[in-house]
This record gives sequence, C-alpha cells and structure tokens, in this order.
Amino acid sequence: MMASKLLASALRRASPATAPPLLRRRLLSTAAAVAEPYEDSSSGVVMKGVRIAGRPLYLDMQATSPVDPRVLDSMLPFYLHRYGNPHSRTHLYGWESDQAVESARSQVAALVGASPKEIVFTSGATESNNISVKGVMHFYRDKKRHVITTQTEHKCVLDSCRHLQQEGFDITYLPVSPDGIVDLERLRSAIRPDTGLVSVMAVNNEIGVIQPMEEIGRICKEFNVPFHTDAAQALGKIPIDVEKWNVSLMSLSGHKIYGPKGIGALYMRRRPRIRVEPQMNGGGQERGIRSGTVPTPLVVGMGAACELAMKEMEYDHRRISALQERLLNGIRGKIDGVVVNGSMERRYTGNLNLSFAYVEGESLLMGLKEVAVSSGSACTSASLEPSYVLRALGVDEDMAHTSIRYGIGRFTTEEEIDRAVELTVQQVEKLREMSPLYEMARAGVDIKSIQWAQH
Amino acid sequence: MLRLGAKKLAGLAPRVPASGPAGVLPRLYHERVVDHYDNPRNVGSFDKNDPTVGTGLVGAPACGDVMKLQIKVDEATGKIVDARFKTFGCGSAIASSSVATEWVKGKHMEEVLSIKNTEIAKYLRLPPVKLHCSMLAEDAVKAAIKDYEGKRAMSNGSSDGAKDIPLEKAADA
Repeated sequence: MMASKLLASALRRASPATAPPLLRRRLLSTAAAVAEPYEDSSSGVVMKGVRIAGRPLYLDMQATSPVDPRVLDSMLPFYLHRYGNPHSRTHLYGWESDQAVESARSQVAALVGASPKEIVFTSGATESNNISVKGVMHFYRDKKRHVITTQTEHKCVLDSCRHLQQEGFDITYLPVSPDGIVDLERLRSAIRPDTGLVSVMAVNNEIGVIQPMEEIGRICKEFNVPFHTDAAQALGKIPIDVEKWNVSLMSLSGHKIYGPKGIGALYMRRRPRIRVEPQMNGGGQERGIRSGTVPTPLVVGMGAACELAMKEMEYDHRRISALQERLLNGIRGKIDGVVVNGSMERRYTGNLNLSFAYVEGESLLMGLKEVAVSSGSACTSASLEPSYVLRALGVDEDMAHTSIRYGIGRFTTEEEIDRAVELTVQQVEKLREMSPLYEMARAGVDIKSIQWAQH
Repeated sequence: MLRLGAKKLAGLAPRVPASGPAGVLPRLYHERVVDHYDNPRNVGSFDKNDPTVGTGLVGAPACGDVMKLQIKVDEATGKIVDARFKTFGCGSAIASSSVATEWVKGKHMEEVLSIKNTEIAKYLRLPPVKLHCSMLAEDAVKAAIKDYEGKRAMSNGSSDGAKDIPLEKAADA
C-alpha cells in the first residue's frame, strides 16, 4: 500500500502536466468508475511501459464493443434478485429465469429471421464455430469427408478445419479476389459428392468485406450441402435473413453488438434439419447441443442487444457510414499513399482497414497511443507476421506490414474521429520523415526494383 | 441503478491496493524503447556521394524492416564524427537504430565494429521476438563502415587496399 502510494507520487512528479484539456476531461468522466490495474493518477495513465494522457479513444469495435447502458439495465435484475437457474423446474426463481431466457431467444431469433427453437445459446462465436465445423463433420463422418472454407476466415474456423484435417478430413481453402470476395465459380467447382459443409463468414473481421451470402446459399442449396456462416461481425450491422441466405448454421456473438462478453448463439436450421455432435456433454441443456447452465444475465443482455440492434440498425448504419467517410476523407485530405484494404462497395462501413505506404504498422500503432486501434485482428496483433487476410488478398508484403484497422461503432463521436484523423496524420508524417523508403520514393527510386537482402 | 453501482465502485477503488505497479506488469516495450521511439536521436540523411560518408542500407520492406544508417568520418583520425539514420520498421527497430547512431558517434571505426547486437538488445531489453531489430542495427553499422572503406579504397587507388576488417560475419542475422 505504502509502496504504491510512493510510486504514484513519484510518477506524478516525473511526468509533465501538459495533458490536453480534452483528454483530461475524458479521464475524469470514465476512469473513476473502475478499479484499474494500472497507475491512474492525475498526470495520466501508465500501462505496459506506455504513458498516456488519459484513456485512449476507442476505435476497435471489431475486437469488442462497450455494453450499451440499456443492455446493462436489462441484465442487472438477473444478477441481484432474479438469480434463479433457468433449468430449475420447482420454484419461481427457476420459472422467471426460464421465461427471461426464452424471451431473449425470441429477440435473437427475430433479428435473423429465424424461429426461437432454432437458437442455441453458447459462450460465443468461437464456440459456435467449433460446434458447427467439427460437430457437423463428426456427425456425418461416415459419408462426408470434405469441407470448403476460405483463406480469410476467422482463426477459430481455420483452426477447427486444421483439427479436422488431422483427423483425416479434406479441406479446401478457397482463395479470394483482391477485393476480398470469394469467387462463386470456384466455390461451385470445389463442391464434391462428399462435401459435408461450406463455411464462409458473412462479414470479415479484419477488412469488413461482405460476402455474397445469398448467392453462396443458392449454390449450397443446389448441391444440397449444409452452409455455415460466421456472422459475428454481421449481426446487427447488416440485415440478416436465414431464409434468404439459406444457411444451415450461423454463429453469433453478443459482445460485438454492445452486449456482454461470454455469450453467443448458434442458429441451427430445423427444416431441413441439421444435426451436430455436441462438443460439451452434460446435463443436456439447450436441447443437448450445449450442456451447461445457461447464464441468464448474459443471455438477457444478448437478447436486449439484439432488440436494440433491430430497432437502431438503420440509424446506426447512417451515422457510422458518415463517420467512416469523415475518417477516410479526413486522412486522405492530408496525406497521400493511403490504400483501403478490401472492397469499398461491399463492405460493412464500421470497418476501415487502411495501409499507409512507407510506414510500418506496428510503429504507427505505437505512436497512436491515444487511439485504441489494431493492426488487424486482436489474435494476430502480437505476432510479427503480416496479416494472413491481407496476404490472401494479394496485398504486397510491404503494404501488408502497414495496415491499421479502424472500427467505428454506435458510440463513436465526430470529435473522436477528428482527433483520430489528427493523430494519425501527425504520426504518419513523423514516421515518413523517418522512413528510408519514403525518402527513396520521393527521390524517384522504385522500391520494387531494389534487390533487398532477405532475412 | 447504474449510477449507484458506479458510485459504489468509485468509493471502493482507492481502498483496493494497486494490484500491480507498472514494474510488475508484463510490458510490450521498455521505457528506453519508448523514449527512443518518441524522441529518436539523429534522424536524417547525409549526402551519400560525400566521400567522408558511409551508408548502410539493410533489411527488406517485405520483412517489415528497412534500416538506413550513415556515418560521417574524419579522414585524418578515422573517427566517426556524426551519424544519421532512417528506419522503416517497428518501434524496436527505430529504437535500435537510434541507439546505434548514438553509440557510434565519436568512436573509432574499429571500436564501433565491436558493437554487438546483444548489447543493443540488452540495453533496450528487447524480447526474443524483437532480437532481429538489434541484429539489423549491427548489420547497418557494419554495412556503413564497409561502404566508407570501399569509397576510400576507390579514391586512394585500388593498390592501396583498405584495412582488412572482418565484415563477413555480419551475415549472421
């Protein structure tokens, strides 16, 4: 206790008290509510060796989103006094929880045009993807030995596929075009008589491109192959209709749509019925697909988040599109050599994945301490490899090292966008002044013509 | 209800002992890396055609790191009087090259050749995944000296060969 006090005062003395007034206000309004695991004195925040003036502005909505206060309001009663186990059949606590879970199930189903009976609650989209990919193939293992997916899927789908490969299944990883969209003819020709599943994500987590879901669904229907989609980034952001898309399985997540973390759902078609082998065995909850006590408060939160998303999707979309435009135009107006990764036309507008020529992404992230963005997916941002998604698009390796993903959401403000533009431009200019590649480009040297020593 | 909860938490917060002062937390970057990244020393360029300047350009854009390090040498004494760098790469690469320019200044060329990547890595506390940044800095210094020696050998006529400096071990990165 004593030591931490001493340290805090030492830090206060050591740091300059020149935080911009805007940031200082942010610190006061938000930081006080949480017991934080880092030094949070009046002079700013120190964490992982980085000192910043206040909490960074958050532009990483693809990683996760804040809980909508209205969602939290709906959840709290189920923590404090309606704490029954929804599977308790003998008393009111159980009954009211069960009712709340079923009503949340209807809210989730309504957002995707499904029947509530087709929704299974899970711990999140990763679990739903695991159940879908491994569960379907394990169930039909005698006749079906082949899975089709794409190179730009989320890690959990790719890793589940790799797991199946080790068990002897065949996997086709479809390439994508430079704008990130899967080629439908290639998909069609990849289908075999023993293909047991086609898995294509609806909205990509890194580059935000929207796959042609209806067309893929039609092809799958034609060949009578089950179609699974990871819609974690699509739910509540673009209209979803399981009938139009003809999906058999769909993975959904709560925390990407301003709901709580640790909850997700799996849509499983009833007609024609798709069957899976459960990954979790136990008390047989959720129709035996996912045993384990259903977490009522989280489920209620996800239901509320879905209902809000349904009501506000249009409004959110308009606002977020305007903010995306503001961000892109703001940056492009001040610096050149800015490339958007992935299709701009077929894209969820809350995602803007940019490459800044001649500037390395990780050093840019380090400079953008006051903006919480990522260089791709949260899973790979710690590794040195350039993003496999950008590589699949055929982005030049040097440009793949330079990408930054901006994620805009319901609570992002114009001021935050303007500040992000200002800081990005400032950092890119600083790093370009430091970049030998920029210097060469300005001197008219073609960087691709140089014989680089590969390490 | 939300506000009530927040107030309670806020009231509790000061009494909760800090779960880990900054030193205990796993860090992404050491303070020295952050310092050299925020205030890089000796950024810039010399005229690479100047006979007293040696230029080392190492790395590759595809690997995410390119370092250009230049030294200016006093021909009479063989001392490095000034150094400049430009780096495309992560924070650790920028910090490594910034440190390297600081360390070579005022030193003799032979002395500088003994600067090891491990010393830079140790000084900046680079984690294992970032060790190649310090290797690149060592390579850049060696390449710059090699370039300078080459230039001098050219101007002095090919017979007056440059001092035989073991540069080849730089290829260990």
